[in-house]
This record gives sequence, C-alpha cells and structure tokens, in this order.
Amino acid sequence: MFSFCTDPSTLPDWQWMACYLTTGKHMSIYYSVFTVLLLLAITAPTALAFGFGGASAARSDIAPLRWFGKSYIALVRGVPDIAIFLFFVIALDQGIEYLRHKLLCPDWSEPIRQGNDFVVCQAAKMPLGNAPQWVHESYGFAVAVLTFSIVFGAFAGNVLFGAMRAVPRAQLETAEAYGMSRRQTFWRVLVPQMWVYALPGLSNLWMVLIKSTPLLFLLGVEDIVYWARELGGTKTPRFTDYPHGDWRMWYFLALLVFYLAFTRVSEVVLARVMARLTRGQATAGGEAQRKATA
Amino acid sequence: MSCLQTIQDYGLRAVGIGERLLPRDNFTLCEQFTLIGSGMIWNIYFGLFALCMGFFLATALALGKASPRALLRIPAEWFIFLFRGSPLFIQFFFGYFLFLNLKSVSPFFDPFTAAWLGALVVLFCNTAAYSAEIFYGALLSIPKGDIEAADAYGMSGWGRFKRVIWPTMLRLAWPAYTNEAIFLFHATALVFFSGFPAWQQRGDALYYANYFADKTFNPFVPYPILALYFILLTLAVVGVFGLVNARLNRHLPQDKRRKIRLRPNLIR
Repeated sequence: MFSFCTDPSTLPDWQWMACYLTTGKHMSIYYSVFTVLLLLAITAPTALAFGFGGASAARSDIAPLRWFGKSYIALVRGVPDIAIFLFFVIALDQGIEYLRHKLLCPDWSEPIRQGNDFVVCQAAKMPLGNAPQWVHESYGFAVAVLTFSIVFGAFAGNVLFGAMRAVPRAQLETAEAYGMSRRQTFWRVLVPQMWVYALPGLSNLWMVLIKSTPLLFLLGVEDIVYWARELGGTKTPRFTDYPHGDWRMWYFLALLVFYLAFTRVSEVVLARVMARLTRGQATAGGEAQRKATA
Repeated sequence: MSCLQTIQDYGLRAVGIGERLLPRDNFTLCEQFTLIGSGMIWNIYFGLFALCMGFFLATALALGKASPRALLRIPAEWFIFLFRGSPLFIQFFFGYFLFLNLKSVSPFFDPFTAAWLGALVVLFCNTAAYSAEIFYGALLSIPKGDIEAADAYGMSGWGRFKRVIWPTMLRLAWPAYTNEAIFLFHATALVFFSGFPAWQQRGDALYYANYFADKTFNPFVPYPILALYFILLTLAVVGVFGLVNARLNRHLPQDKRRKIRLRPNLIR
C-alpha cells in the first residue's frame, strides 16, 4: 500500500504494522465491515416493511389474509434460532433453482431428487456456473438480505401487531365519530400513534439484528468473523511477507470493540428517537415531558 | 438394522457411549431422529447448568447494578454491558482463544478448552448478564408500599431482602426470565458452531442436523427434526417455569397473577 512497503523484513515496528494492516487481504476485512453495515441498512427497512405487512394482514377483516399474516408471524417465530438460518438458505436456493428448472428445462425427464442428490439442469443453476465473481457475491448477499428480512420481519410483525393493539381504543373511536373511513383511521390515527408503543420492541430487535450479523458467514457471505479467523491465524514466512503468530485473539478483540461501540451508539440514538416519539403522546412518558417543559 | 438397534447404537453417542463411527450413507429416518436426539443431551446439559449457576450471579449483578455504591455498581454495569452488547458468537470464539492461551500458562486451564467446561463458562456469564438486566428491571419496579411495609415491621438488611425484596423481584421478573431461559436453550445450538471443536464428532443436536444436511443435500428432513426437538424442549421449559410461577404467585388472587407470555427472541 505505502511506498516503503517493498521489503517488510527491514521495517521498524510501526511501519511494519502500517504495511501489515494495509495488505490486500486486510482491505477485504474493511470491505466486509461495509458489507455488514450495508446489510443492516438494507435489512432494517425491509424487515420493517415485511413486519408492517404481516401485522396489517394479521389485523385484516379478510379471513385468508388474516390467517396468512398470523401464521407467518407464528411459524417463523416458533422455530429456534440459527436452525432457521441454516435451513432457509438451502431451502430458498433450492426453491429458486427448482422454479427456474421448471421454466427453462421443460423437457427434462429425470427426477430432480435422485436419492440424496438435488439435480437440476445446467441452465437452471443460480447463479450460472460461468457468471463472474461479483454476480455470485451479490446473489449471496441478496439471499442473505432476504433471509434476514423474512426472519426479522416476523419478529417485527409481532411487535407491530402488539403496538397496533396498544393504541387506546378511544382514539380510534374518536376518529370513527369524526366520520373517518377504516382506511383513514388506520393511516391517520393508528399508524402515527403506534410507533411509540412499538419502539421498545423494535429497538430490542435492532440490537438482536446487530448481534446476529456474525452468522452471515453461514449464509455464504464472507463477513468480519470469517476474516478475523482467516487473517488472525498463524502466518509463517513460507506463505507471506508478514509472518506472525496466532493473532486471532487480537482480531476478535477488535470485533468485540466494534460490536460494543455499535451497541452503545445505537442505544444513544434510540433513546433520542424514543424521546422524540414520546412528545405529545398520551402516555406516562409524554406526561413527564410536558411537566418538564412547563 | 432395526430401529431399536440404531437407538441402542447411537442413542448415547453424543456422550461417547455406543458406536464410534457415524453412519456414512443410506441414512434412515430413524438414524437421523436418534442422532439428533442424542445431540440434544448436550443442549440440555449446557442450558440447565448455565441457567442454574447463572441465576445466582444474575441476582448478585442485579443488586450490584442497583447499588448506590460506585465500587459495586460500575463493575456490574460493565459486566452486563459487555455480555449483552456483544454477539454470543464472538463470545464463544473469544472464550475459546482466551482459554487456549491460558492453557500454556498453567495446566489448570486444560479442561477449559473443552466444550463441556469452556462453553459452559461463556454461557454462564452470558445468561447471568441477560438475567441480571431482567432482575434489575424487576428490582426497580417493586411496589414502594411493599418495602415501606417491611420497614414498618422493623425488618432491615438481610431479613428484609430475603423475605420481601427477593421474592417480589423474582415474582415480577419471572415471565421475562422464562423467555430468557428459552433463548438460552436455543443459544446452546451455537456452542459447536463457533470456537469449541466437537471432539470425536460428539456434537450437539445442530451439529448432527448439519452433518445430515451436508451429507444428503436435503435440509427438509434434519432441520424439521431439530425444530421438533427444540419445540419439545421449549414446552418442557415453559411447563417447569409455569409451576414455579404459580408457586411464586400463590398468595395473590387468581386474576392478579402475572401470566407468562412467550416472546421468543432470536439470536443473542
């Protein structure tokens, strides 16, 4: 990276460190930090949208829609943690390949499941075997986002469903008394007020989401934990210009600090959002704010 | 090979009794059920011991966090922040490498690099931190009248804590604590997925489920079996905690008792 990095064995300590931390492999770990942040940034709104859809469906008057919403929330929440992550990706992958197989190779005669093997025609592979590397990576990333969104969407759906029920009934009755339609009551009265009830649950979920990102590598995305293990492992002069002992502990220490700092920042931001949402609400918190300013 | 024979061979494999080699091909449904079930022994072991020991540390930490003395409060706050703020996944990795390094210092740390003790220590600290936060919240929401009444009867110090504060704290915290116990049992699935290597392929339920899924390329059999076992485990936990809840609330009228509401969380 730096100009003085041509011969690592002659460098003084701090320059050696500077060179070591800017090798090509280390660029990958910085890149994967962005991957994690990007995943969080995309997943959070998507999961919220899934959850909102699920919660609205679960409240619906139309019975099949209500059953769909309720069973989505109940099913995904009921199955234990990382089993979902391991299961979802293979199932999703095979599902997509199966559909493509049905579309692209209609004259395929052999069964798809041959004993223990899952066989689809070459054209149905997802992504195609000859696709460039970035397609594989972004496909993996998209699958990861979708998996996270479906899983966390169910949890968010549960939180939002509870929050929608927590909005005081009198508020909705007032809206109805003013002659608002169901749709207007929902969007103008229920939704703006529900966030303050939903936020504690949602912020909990956000914390859980942050802390589930080390599981990304189960979904085939090379994340920070993967690189910490890779780069921290013992390096000998035979394989690299930068030989060192087992440094995995230092890498994990860095990860620990990263997650703790992220958690702390989130806590502060969420406390501010909560204060903002509480303003003017008919809750104990809102009452306390009114008295504080008066 | 009949199913009974399979159960005899593999039923206790996860703890090292019975057949050494795992089946390599022609996996039967019975083999999958037996081996994944055998792995559940580890999940139950980790969950049970971490929960029982963590309970005491959690009580201490909660009291520490609520204490007015900075000397007690600050370490408790940091402990809780450290273990609640970082992913359990990282904690497992970190614990393993820490114990690995300590091993070279003294042979005393030898057993800590094995999952049965090392992972248990990590889980113990983790669940203690989460439970401590729950207990701390309950400690703050003890009705003022209860403590005033205890004061009026002339109770103080240890006696007041044992007879009034602690039981009330438990009673208030119990529904949330039930959920914590459920997450803890779910979290035990991470043990062999991170840091701690499975010695002689003696892993937990997820380890075997993953083994079958890898070998057969078919996730639709082993993972539902795993889910089934976990649901049964969860039901058992809910049952036991429900009994304790009834006991803690026995002095209250029926309608004032706090119900246990299940709020399964995801990864910690």
